Amino acid sequence: MLGSKKKKDILVLGIESSCDETAAAVTRNGTEILSNVIYSQIDLHTLYGGVVPEIASRMHIAKINQVIKKALHDAQVTLEDLNAVAVTYGPGLVGALLVGVSEAKAIAWAKDLDLVGVNHIKGHVCANYIEHPDLEPPFLCLVASGGHTHLVKALDHTTYEIIGRTRDDAAGEAYDKIARAIGLGYPGGPKVEKAAQKGNPEAFAFPRARIDENPYDFSFSGVKSAVLNTINSCRMKGMEPDEAFQADVAASFQAAVIDSLRERVLMALEEFQIHRFAMAGGVASNQALRGALKEACEQKGAAFYCPSPVYCTDNAAMIAVAGYYEYMNGNTAGLDLNAVPGLRM
Amino acid sequence: MKILAIESSGAQASAAILEDGKILALEQGPFKVTHSETLMPLVSRTFMVAGVRKEEIDAIAVSGGPGSFTGLRIGSATAKGLGMALKKPLIHVPTLHAMAYNFLGSGNIIVPIMDARRDQVYTGVFTFVIRPDQMIDFSIFKDSCAISITELMEYLNELTSLDGNPPLVVFLGDGVEKYENTIDELADFNYALAPDELNLQRADSVGIVGMVYYFEGLITDPDEEAPDYLRPSQAEREAAEKKQ
Repeated sequence: MLGSKKKKDILVLGIESSCDETAAAVTRNGTEILSNVIYSQIDLHTLYGGVVPEIASRMHIAKINQVIKKALHDAQVTLEDLNAVAVTYGPGLVGALLVGVSEAKAIAWAKDLDLVGVNHIKGHVCANYIEHPDLEPPFLCLVASGGHTHLVKALDHTTYEIIGRTRDDAAGEAYDKIARAIGLGYPGGPKVEKAAQKGNPEAFAFPRARIDENPYDFSFSGVKSAVLNTINSCRMKGMEPDEAFQADVAASFQAAVIDSLRERVLMALEEFQIHRFAMAGGVASNQALRGALKEACEQKGAAFYCPSPVYCTDNAAMIAVAGYYEYMNGNTAGLDLNAVPGLRM
Repeated sequence: MKILAIESSGAQASAAILEDGKILALEQGPFKVTHSETLMPLVSRTFMVAGVRKEEIDAIAVSGGPGSFTGLRIGSATAKGLGMALKKPLIHVPTLHAMAYNFLGSGNIIVPIMDARRDQVYTGVFTFVIRPDQMIDFSIFKDSCAISITELMEYLNELTSLDGNPPLVVFLGDGVEKYENTIDELADFNYALAPDELNLQRADSVGIVGMVYYFEGLITDPDEEAPDYLRPSQAEREAAEKKQ
C-alpha cells in the first residue's frame, strides 16, 4: 500500500496558505511525495486584477479542511500515522497565514503530533530536493516569485546565506504590473511570457539596474517605470498599444529581467566557486528564464536544477519537505506559534 | 455531555469547558496580545484545569461572528482543525447571542454592541422570556446586523415606546465606550451599562448557547464551518458599488 508506514518512516503533513493557494501534502522520509493537493483561488482574484487579502483569507477558511482531507486520502494515511505537521508561518499575507497556522496547531495538539513552523522561501528552495535526489548543499539558489526575489547560498538543508535580494518589486510582481499596463491582465507571468514569444527582445532598450552597495541585489522598479513611460509615449502619439506593440514590450521587458538575473547568477557562481545552481518559486516556471540560466550554468560548468512547474508554484509538498529537515534538526514550534508576515530567511 | 467553547471575536480570547450546563473551566487570555499566540495555549490549559481529556468532549462550540475578521478566522480554523482531528461536530454560535447570554435569565432588553468601524456597530436586540413552567426562552427582537448607532437608537426608542412600562435596556460590548455619549443623548428610555465582568465576549457564554443548540440538533460539519462576517470584503463592496 502506498501510504503504509514502516517502523522508522517519518510522515509529515505540510500545510500552506500564505497567499492565494490553499494546499496540503503528505511526505514520507523527507522527499517522497505521497500526496500534493492544491486548491487555487486564482479565478476569484483575477476579477480584481490581483490577490485580495481578505478574499484569500475567507477562501482558505472555506477550503482548508477539504484540502487536508484529500491530501490524507490521496496518501492513504490517517492523522494517527503522522509524525509532524509542518506549516508555513511566513512570509506572506498575515490573514491568510493565520488560517493555516491556527489549523495546524489545532491538529498537532489534538493528535499529539510535533508542530513545525516553515519559512515559505526555504520551502521553495527545498522543492528542488523532491525530484533531484543527487542535489546536496552547498548550492546557489535563485528564488523568484510574486512576493520574493532572493539569491541565496544553501549551506545545509535548513540554513542559508542571503547573497542578494530585491530592493523594490519582486520579479513576479514586476511581471504582474507590466501585464496590467499593457492590457494583458492577471496573472502576469504566463501572459507576458506568451506575448514575449512573438515579440522582438531588442525592440526597446529597457534598463538593467545595478545596485552599488551590493552588486547581488536586484531592482525591478527602473525597468517597470521605463516600460510604463514607453506605453505612455505611445498613447501620447495617439496610438493604442496593439498586439505587435504588446509583444515587443513584453519581449524587451523579459529580456531585461532575464539579463539582470543571469548576470548575478554568473557573478555568484564565479565568486563563490559553487558548482551547483537551483531555481525556485513561481517565476522559475518561466521557460525563457529557465533556458537562459541553464545555458549560463553550462557556460560555467555548474549543474543546473529546477523543479517541475507544480513544485515551483506555491504548494505544500515543499513545505512538508522543508518541515522534515527542520523536524530532523529538532526545530519544533510551540502552541504559541504566530504568523510572521515579514519573516526573513 | 461535555463541550469545549472557543471565543476569539474581540479583544480578549477565551476558552471554556462545560459539562451539562456547568462551567468546569474558563481560561481568558490577556488583552491586546494576538489571539494566534494565545488561543491554543488557552484551549490546552482549559482541559488541564477542567481535568478533562480531549477525547471526552462531545462537541466544539465556536463564536461564529460578527467581530474582528482575523480573530474570527483564528477561532474558526482552530475549531475546524480540532473538530476534524478529534472527529467531533462543531456548534456555530452567533457571537451577539452569546454576549446576550452573559445576562441569561434577566428580564431586561439586552443590546450588545461591537464597534464595526465605518460608523457602524454590530448589534442585535434580545431578551429572555420566563415561561410558566420556569423554562427560559431566548427571544430575538432584532437579530445580528451591522447598522449605525443612530439607527439602533431609533429602533430601541420605538420598541420601548410600545410598552407602557418597558423593561430596562442593558448595553454591553466594546462599542459601549465609544458610543456612550450618543446613547445618552438619543435614549428615550431607561438604560444601564453592563458591569466590566459581563461586558465582553466570554467563552462560557458561547458554551451555554452551544449546549442549547446541541440539544436542538444544530450542529455543523467542521469542514463547512466559516464565520459570519456580516459584511463583504472591501474589494467586493467597491466592485458592487462600481456596478451600480
